[in-house]
Amino acid sequence: MLAGHLTTADIMKIDWNKYDPGAFYDELIREPGKARQGAAALIRHLAGLEEIQLRERQSDLERAILEMGITFTVYSEGENIDRAWPLDIIPRIIPARQWTRIREGLEQRLTALNLFIDDLYHEQKILADRVVPREIIESSPNFLEPCRGVRPPFGVWANICGTDLIRDSDGTVYVLEDNLRVPSGVSYMLENRVVTKQVFPELFASSEIHSVGDYTSDLFDMLASLSPRPSDYPEVVVLTPGIYNSAYFEHAYLAQGMGVELVEGADLVVRDDDCVYMRTIDGLERVDVIYRRINDTFLDPEAFEPDSVLGVPGLMRAWKAGNVALANAPGAGVADDKVVYAYVPEIIRYYLDQNPILPNVPTYLCSDQKSREHVIAHLDELVVKPANESGGYGMLVGPQATRKARREFAGLIEKNPRNYIGQPLISLSTVPSVVDGGIEPRHVDLRPFILQGERMAVTSGGLTRVAMRKGSFVVNSSQGGGSKDTWIVGRER
Amino acid sequence: MSLLSRVAERTYWSARYLERAENSARLISVYGNLLLDLPEEAGVGWDTLIDISGNANLYREIYPMPNARSPMRFLVSDTNNPSSIRASLRMVRENIRTTRDIFPSEAWRNVNELYLFSKDSLRGGISDRRRHEVLSRIVAGCQQINGMLAANMSHGPAYQFVRMGRNVERADMTTRVMDVATAALLKGSDELTPYTNTVWMAVLRSLSAYQMYRQYVRRRVVPEDVLAFVLTDEQFPRALRYCLEQLETALRKLPRPEDALRAVARLQRQVDELDFNRLDHSGLHEWIDMVQLELGVTHMAIYRTWFGLESAA
Repeated sequence: MLAGHLTTADIMKIDWNKYDPGAFYDELIREPGKARQGAAALIRHLAGLEEIQLRERQSDLERAILEMGITFTVYSEGENIDRAWPLDIIPRIIPARQWTRIREGLEQRLTALNLFIDDLYHEQKILADRVVPREIIESSPNFLEPCRGVRPPFGVWANICGTDLIRDSDGTVYVLEDNLRVPSGVSYMLENRVVTKQVFPELFASSEIHSVGDYTSDLFDMLASLSPRPSDYPEVVVLTPGIYNSAYFEHAYLAQGMGVELVEGADLVVRDDDCVYMRTIDGLERVDVIYRRINDTFLDPEAFEPDSVLGVPGLMRAWKAGNVALANAPGAGVADDKVVYAYVPEIIRYYLDQNPILPNVPTYLCSDQKSREHVIAHLDELVVKPANESGGYGMLVGPQATRKARREFAGLIEKNPRNYIGQPLISLSTVPSVVDGGIEPRHVDLRPFILQGERMAVTSGGLTRVAMRKGSFVVNSSQGGGSKDTWIVGRER
Repeated sequence: MSLLSRVAERTYWSARYLERAENSARLISVYGNLLLDLPEEAGVGWDTLIDISGNANLYREIYPMPNARSPMRFLVSDTNNPSSIRASLRMVRENIRTTRDIFPSEAWRNVNELYLFSKDSLRGGISDRRRHEVLSRIVAGCQQINGMLAANMSHGPAYQFVRMGRNVERADMTTRVMDVATAALLKGSDELTPYTNTVWMAVLRSLSAYQMYRQYVRRRVVPEDVLAFVLTDEQFPRALRYCLEQLETALRKLPRPEDALRAVARLQRQVDELDFNRLDHSGLHEWIDMVQLELGVTHMAIYRTWFGLESAA
């Protein structure tokens, strides 16, 4: 750029004394001008840059993303559009000591949830003991009757879990959601790191930033451990609904990263021997493990949606016969329900006899009359969510909603109380982010990914999603959210 | 890693469409030049190209009352014609887009770029003035992609499907061009006679064969030599015999190639037994018909052996 085009703002260094996250917990800045533990090197580095240099690095990064073809698909106005993945240059930092505790909490939670799911499809002790009300499970569209009695490897139903974490203004980390169906985002976590390394090589050289690169090999090892045939080379595939799915990029990315085939439903066939085969140029080849990125009810037109063209006829038959492993197991979504969520602390105590390490956000179940009345009376303070939606669809953020929207929601809740929960609005923490006028705080959440098969593995950090609109708490990429690289810094205890 | 039948099929078709787009662009470009050299009474027009494309029926259906721009529009930009340049490039793009993981990543980027270029510059046909420039860029774009695949993609099974698609399509195009050219030339329409030499040269150019022909046949352009070169030469990449040999080599690197190899062997025998001294125009036409038929049989054998769902199930 020509010197004549520089404005005063451009050549000014970033003044961290002016950065003010207000009442929110900021992940990098403790108080004006003071970095949090683990963030000092980054803040010093950023302070040494002029704003124009920072913006140059931001545009370097955006170019790298375009060239690498890192995209996500948005369905809009009848057309699918591939959009470049939005990544903010300033990473989010979590000190390793803090992370150890979070990681333990995530492992504890998924262990308990898997025991819970396994119980639901067998003895249902937890229902008999009235810890979780029976009607909640029986009315859940995610409880799949055909799965009863099936024993997936290691008794684990949810092999891949993406848990959404948020941090309130007092610094407490809460679990907001357990995604046990087909959670996505891990490819972006990995790509964010690749791109950020290109932009900040000097920081990676000097800080103890934990690597995230093991994920695809951890994923492959976990999937391979599920194989019904003991062999050195189990045939693992990724099953995608196809090019028009919003996460197709991720499906292709993970298949490529693991060196396995990316298959569509029509590539697979179940024969009379109840085994799954894929159609290759060498003929039919037996498949041992399917990492499926198709929702339960589309998996097998014989067992569920007869019109589904995405699935494989007979797949449930093969799975129940134990001839193929499906990850996640069909029916695992029963624990991924915002009503069941409210009971997770009890579920942890019940199966593990431990106190939950990570707290839940207080939750009001609208199926309960008292709670429902409370929710409807306090709609202007609460967030109301449907029990079975993801992606931030169909929810009401009370304090930011119009009176009319609140009235409409009250009607929806009355009509179908089982389908709604209310939660207080947690003030999401902030991270400094590059915006048009310089650097400002933006709200973030965190989605770590947890693998459970023969062993457990948790990503170092996870995908940090950021609401790029000022003041907004909505971080979903389908709704204008961005992302950040997440650094776990220092030594774990 | 195993190659899925679906991926193999899409790979094969992307190569066929890529070759088709390149061949059509070159053919239209050369033909446009030829028309400038011929007087109107020679009776040669754009319709001849539609005959070569083998889509005359479709053309009449889409354009019941064609005007001067119709043939060009049909051949280059009509999305209702699956063989138009634009439609071909779209098919290349769709096929590569859904098998992106097996191609080098630059290939996808270049295919995407070429498609966007064709979409912009071929909209509603193409003007006479810009024709040469646009078509040359398309030819160059296709060659760039082919070159990149040859240099950057492992020559494993997936690449063999690229080779097969390219050579089936090439053999098909070469024989079509010769069929129509001989129909127009050997039949000997009187008005065309003074231009015979010009037209044969154009035929060679449309197959990118003129220069190589000159090096190979060191005398003036005569029909028998042109036919012999384009159909039976062992070294020229667009000659029928050469395409068949490429096809055979690719097939031999794949599992269970016997069916397809038999079809190719029949084609090779046909080429070996071709005797230009005993062939008149109608004999040649029949011969080419047979070749086209056998190419269809080869394609079906490829389809049955590696793509067909019922054979795999």
